[in-house]
Amino acid sequence: MNLAPHASILAIAVPLLGGFALPLWAKLHRRLGELWLFLVGAFTAAMVVLLAVQVFTGGIQVYTLGASSPGETLAPGGFPIRIMLVVDGMGAFTALISVLVALVSFLYAWRFLTEDHGKTLALTLGLLLWAGMLGMVLTGDLFNFFVFFEVTSIAACGLIGYRTWEARGVEAAFKTMVMYTVGGLLVLLAIAVLYGEHGALNLAYLSSRIQGSLPDRIALGLLLGGLLMKVGAVPAHMWAPDAYGEAPAQAVILLVANTQASLYGLLRILFTLFGGITDPVVGWLVTGLGTVTLVVAALMAVIQTDLGRLVAYGAVSQIGYMLLGVGVGFTVIRARPEYGLVAMQGGIFHMLNDAAAIGLLFLCVGAVERAAGARDLRGLGGLSHDLKWTAGFFLLGALALAGIPPLNGFASKFMIYESSFRLSPILTALATLASILLLAVFIRAFQGAFLGPRGKPSEPEPFGMVLAMGVLALAVLALGLAPDFFVRHLVAPAAEALWQGRDLYLAAVLGG
Amino acid sequence: MTGNLPFVVCMVFVALGLWTLLAKRNLIKLVIGLTLIENGVNLFLVALGYVQGGAVPIYTYAPPGVRMVLPTPQALTLTSIVIGLATTALALAFVVVIWRHRGTLDARKVRELRG
Amino acid sequence: MSVVVRTIARILLPIVFAFGGYVIMHGHLTPGGGFQGGAVVASALALVLVAFGEASLKKYKDLLSALESLGGVAFVVLGLIGIPFTFFANVLAGVGGLFGQSVPPGPNPGYLNTAGTLPLMNWAVGLKVIAGLGSVVVLFGLFGGEDDR
Repeated sequence: MNLAPHASILAIAVPLLGGFALPLWAKLHRRLGELWLFLVGAFTAAMVVLLAVQVFTGGIQVYTLGASSPGETLAPGGFPIRIMLVVDGMGAFTALISVLVALVSFLYAWRFLTEDHGKTLALTLGLLLWAGMLGMVLTGDLFNFFVFFEVTSIAACGLIGYRTWEARGVEAAFKTMVMYTVGGLLVLLAIAVLYGEHGALNLAYLSSRIQGSLPDRIALGLLLGGLLMKVGAVPAHMWAPDAYGEAPAQAVILLVANTQASLYGLLRILFTLFGGITDPVVGWLVTGLGTVTLVVAALMAVIQTDLGRLVAYGAVSQIGYMLLGVGVGFTVIRARPEYGLVAMQGGIFHMLNDAAAIGLLFLCVGAVERAAGARDLRGLGGLSHDLKWTAGFFLLGALALAGIPPLNGFASKFMIYESSFRLSPILTALATLASILLLAVFIRAFQGAFLGPRGKPSEPEPFGMVLAMGVLALAVLALGLAPDFFVRHLVAPAAEALWQGRDLYLAAVLGG
Repeated sequence: MTGNLPFVVCMVFVALGLWTLLAKRNLIKLVIGLTLIENGVNLFLVALGYVQGGAVPIYTYAPPGVRMVLPTPQALTLTSIVIGLATTALALAFVVVIWRHRGTLDARKVRELRG
Repeated sequence: MSVVVRTIARILLPIVFAFGGYVIMHGHLTPGGGFQGGAVVASALALVLVAFGEASLKKYKDLLSALESLGGVAFVVLGLIGIPFTFFANVLAGVGGLFGQSVPPGPNPGYLNTAGTLPLMNWAVGLKVIAGLGSVVVLFGLFGGEDDR
């Protein structure tokens, strides 16, 4: 049977099936569970890559659920009633990020977690979170987006708080749950307003009907509010450092990818759903929130003494860079497309770079915690004698995140600096300042945890964890050494799909 | 104005829920606040789909020529109730675990995570 | 609990189970379906817990979580059998066999043996909800006890 036309739905359904079936296999035998996880991961990754190839060579892919053929988007009467998956360059790009992160996470968890620490439960939740992320990214239906949004919320909170024998993780999970749920309900309220106004849930159809009336603007505000809560931008960032700091390492990188899937939702809403109405206020709002986020989070990172929370604030700060790039792009792209596009590409490229670099750092934190049993910088020291690989990878990730050439953070941050400077030099100054702060913080953390005299001897990292970190380290190096290649083949189509792809998106669903 | 009364009531629910989240410090009350917001949104969805004098939206039951109440918002509401149930159960489970570890439900005393 | 509660529970339980089953079974014809019926059955499990104490359900904890996984698997597999056309395509409707009768046009009281994969999906969802909510009820019932790792 030819599965190629069904790639987009299989990419969602297979991890979902895998998540449901994993506990059953694991109950039969531990090895069966691992084999099943490997098969599900490999098949889903293959489907997403196949889908991405189809999108980058053949344009937008549409898949209608429950119809007699995938391309049958419209019911008789020219009205889209069925749930649809619509994948364009941006969707495929974000799906590829989630695949990279999820595979690394499972590889790392293979040796990082043990059975009496809830390994099967954590892997099941991880698969469900992955399915939810892919669903958010690939769907073309607003309510479907909300459902997958909530699937990721529940799976993510489960992943943060499943270690019920410790109090801290559960507290972080509760805090995150409250923020995610309120965000999700704001999104649902917006969907209800849009449905009441236009009587449809299909993203393309709604986009073609939105004229910028008062209910439309209320819905835009609610959607922005809900998604910014989930992304972790500054006024609603309280959950992010707790969640990133307290969840186990293999879960944190999935949370980071989930944040980027939510960021994708924000972009889809700004550029496709509300692409017909332009409002510079929204662009300035996103730019401003991004700048505040990156500065505040970098300042907060300075005073942290816990290695996990320190890196967590670094991660929140990176969200600010992405929002800054995209916000600058949204503000100026109509007036000055030549540098608005660079800003957009910088923001989008930084999503990939951040997933690789901050993911690497979080995995290193996990390795430190596993070896030393603690994460407080005041008690750590001398770990580089035993954890040689981890020390190297931590330094690499820290330098990449701080934007030191020739690593990947430099490539995307330079694009953001270059374009935001044209909008306002103050933005660039603040962003550079935050980068320098982060560099100082990470160097201090590296020195505190890894340098110094050898403490009590600790067991070196197992091979599976080194391999997982190595994959991300390779990604950091490759993205840094050949940024042009990735920008031309992955990032530029994604930015193009957002900026000028709205008409194509509508045409793919509603017909020319 | 009376036509909009149901929507006003829904928004009152949402506002009450938000106020609960901001003002209350008991973890159980926070969960109640979440469910209040959720119920407000669900009521809003159901109210949106109501058609004056409409029939029950079951295809084989409705007599011909009668307008049906919109079925989509009801389906959406059901989905959202299911999701709300899952989030509430999970949040309450977290509350139970926190109580087991800390012996208190006061958010001010529970928060070990600061800064 | 007292003998009054236990006796009433014994009388009510078969009725509640039957009603839950009815709601799941007729999900494609009347308001209701897998989730609603499953919630009814799960409330019966809560009744068992209240009337007969948590020890009565504790031994089924593993069975419930296995059933929950099975329900989820069954749902996705039912979606996958539509893959010759599209995911979720209703390939069993109107072809005869179980739930395969085609629906006559016009107002009618609703025929149970119709709608193809939908009733099967209702059962899958029902199974998942019964087991899922049941486990939630059991876990809350056990709360305060040992570590639930």
